[in-house]
Amino acid sequence: MNTNKSVYDAPKQVSKSERHILTILVDNEPGVLARVVGMFSGRGYNIESLNVAEVSLNEHLSRITIVTEGTKEIIDQICNQLMRIVPVHSVNDLTEEGSSVEAEVALVLIIDESSAKKEIFRICDIYRARKIENENDNIIFEIAGTSERINSFIKDISEVGKIEIVRSGPVAISSKITKKDEE
Amino acid sequence: MSKELTGSEIVLKTLQDNGVEVIFGYPGGAVLPIYDTLFGQNSIRHILVRQEAGAVHAAEGYSRSSGKVGVVLVTSGPGATNIVTGLTDALMDSIPLVCITGQVPTHLIGSDAFQECDTTGITRPCTKHNYLVKDVNKLSSTIHEAFKIAKNGRPGPVVVDIPKDIQFAKGNYESLEDSKIKNHRVYKPQMTGDEKKIEEALHAIASAKKPIFYVGGGCINSGSSTSELLLKFIRLTGFPVTMTLMGLGAFPAGDKQSLGMLGMHGMYESNLAMHDCDVMINLGARFDDRVTGRLDAFSPNSIKIHIDIDSSSINKNVKVDIPIIGDMETVLKQMLKIWKNKNLSVNKISIDDWWKKIEKWKEIDCLKYTLSDEIIKPQYAIERLYELTRDRDTIITTEVGQHQMWAAQFYKFEKPKKWLTSGGLGTMGYGFPAAIGAQVANPESLVVDIAGESSVLMNIQEMSTAVQHKLPVKIFIINNEYMGMVRQWQELLHEGRYSESYMDSLPDFVKLAESFGAVGLRATKPKEVDDVIKEMISTDRTVIADIVVDKNENCFPMIQSGSAHNEMVLNKNQKQDEDSAKKGKILV
Ligand SMILES: Cc1ncc(C[n+]2csc(CCOP(=O)(O)OP(=O)(O)O)c2C)c(N)n1
Ligand SMILES: [Mg+2]
Repeated sequence: MNTNKSVYDAPKQVSKSERHILTILVDNEPGVLARVVGMFSGRGYNIESLNVAEVSLNEHLSRITIVTEGTKEIIDQICNQLMRIVPVHSVNDLTEEGSSVEAEVALVLIIDESSAKKEIFRICDIYRARKIENENDNIIFEIAGTSERINSFIKDISEVGKIEIVRSGPVAISSKITKKDEE
Repeated sequence: MSKELTGSEIVLKTLQDNGVEVIFGYPGGAVLPIYDTLFGQNSIRHILVRQEAGAVHAAEGYSRSSGKVGVVLVTSGPGATNIVTGLTDALMDSIPLVCITGQVPTHLIGSDAFQECDTTGITRPCTKHNYLVKDVNKLSSTIHEAFKIAKNGRPGPVVVDIPKDIQFAKGNYESLEDSKIKNHRVYKPQMTGDEKKIEEALHAIASAKKPIFYVGGGCINSGSSTSELLLKFIRLTGFPVTMTLMGLGAFPAGDKQSLGMLGMHGMYESNLAMHDCDVMINLGARFDDRVTGRLDAFSPNSIKIHIDIDSSSINKNVKVDIPIIGDMETVLKQMLKIWKNKNLSVNKISIDDWWKKIEKWKEIDCLKYTLSDEIIKPQYAIERLYELTRDRDTIITTEVGQHQMWAAQFYKFEKPKKWLTSGGLGTMGYGFPAAIGAQVANPESLVVDIAGESSVLMNIQEMSTAVQHKLPVKIFIINNEYMGMVRQWQELLHEGRYSESYMDSLPDFVKLAESFGAVGLRATKPKEVDDVIKEMISTDRTVIADIVVDKNENCFPMIQSGSAHNEMVLNKNQKQDEDSAKKGKILV
């Protein structure tokens, strides 16, 4: 991937491409998500996952969590471009800032065709996946945690039965209060 | 604020409150209530254009020549879609506009009603911000905010979409003062530059041996004293200055420190100085690809200082060493103060040597062309226009193409806001409506659109606007019967296969002018040029001057796509390096 968006190639690859989690505090108003997403698609950046929910009811603020990939230069450019959007209050690159915690939720439907209930429950126990529905051969589990943990859970469980998955994509929070949020 | 007003009355009052004197617009079903409110009032002048595209470019010309926010009023659906090019143009060139669009009534939104379109959806990526107003009580605060956003920070266009029922509904009016007190939103661009970074920059400037100032449109958009401060600071240093297409006029072209424009069709000495410099001071420019040429060979050995109000412009294309985010006027004040307090001075001996080198490059005389007695050279026509209008208060607009580049090369601007050209988007059809807007803002000025015969046809309907409003705008057509710039690229890159670049069946521009009730003039021989220009100037009506020029002239010097600053070609006989040419061909 180019390190910049000019029509000309950049002189050299300045740093390596990495996964970053960005959290974006925005006014919760119509069209704000389209503005953020449109910036990514319009400028050719990638969104791996996206999450949005209101975090402050009285101030009408929402927090968007986006997982994206890029070199440091690209991530800086993404953050700066996001800051140009009027209803964006702040952008934090949690990966850059360090000491952040991330989690995602997955709901997994397992169809137990080969009567392997015991094995299914054993795996779910290991991963502390919680059973939330159990109808005949169809069992639904909920699992929360880092994306890696969910990945390996899915890998293990898919060997025992047919599955269907829905994942939230990660949300993340810094363990320090960010300056901009304090204001 | 107990008295209730209709939405339309609120729109008008909000515009008045924001000091609006002129609106460029075109009516239609979804804005009839607003037009009804405009009827019979005298505080705001409405300029009826002939196509909505003309309204936006006129508002751009009005804004760029006056420093005020340009205002546009159009209807829903086709009215709104017709302004998209102009909005994009204004976004790219950072022009503050507020565009009010009518929308179908709230309850019909989403039903594919007659003349419905998703205006906020369509204009989201081509505005700085936009709104759909669904509550009449929020109408005034929204429009106040639209003005604030349009003009503060890096300026840009803002759309306010107002459904028809909201225009009829009654609601409360919030004055500009009230809305300021409430300050309902955080939009606070960073104005002051980081002192530490400024000091660092000034030390780099003080120790520079081969420096150059690279001045962009940010120096024109910033506050009204920016040019003065710029002149003061640049004079202190004695350094050479080059300007981008957008920056022309920010620093006087006639000043001995000015090297003129840089970039693709910039001056040889500017580009070589950029390439060889040891300290580059970018003031409100954005390292556009037309300026930098091939990036891996762009000014390889310089310390780069970049001052810009838009943090996303910094390190976007070119990695800089000393970034300073802030408003140009404010930062220049800071720089002047610190320079004085720290008692800094420049490295005079090295600077003298640097100038000697630059003088050598100047001797090349990169703009030279061969005059003819028989056929008018386009460069000659513009040179004569410059000589015969330089002593007046003249505003030049342009269309897009070779004539635009020749205008940038041969017309010398001493002051800001006298040069209006579509830089970022390169919009053919920009120049004439922009000239109309500039003339509205500056009734006493001579306003000339240096046009190409192809470009001007894109918004020629605005002749009717100019004549109706008695705007003595001059269209100075450099008529080469070709989309000259396209023809030039086809000659350079496609072995002269002139696919669809010949402008067949052109109108007789003299008759065309006359049919609109304007004046048409023509020059076909070099000796006629002066007389035509003089007559054009002395006529106090709208004029088209058709200057029939050499069809085959190309615009030089040129950094062809794929080449670097030091690979500039000066004329037809110099060929681009093969490797660069191959890489360049796929670029824009
Ligand atoms: C709206 C639009 N369409 C297409 C282009 C591509 N284009 C750039 S210059 C040019 C030719 C302009 O011809 P003319 O106005 O006669 O100017 P000349 O180059 O001959 O001076 C074209 C087609 C453009 N810039 N804008
Ligand atoms: Mg032409």
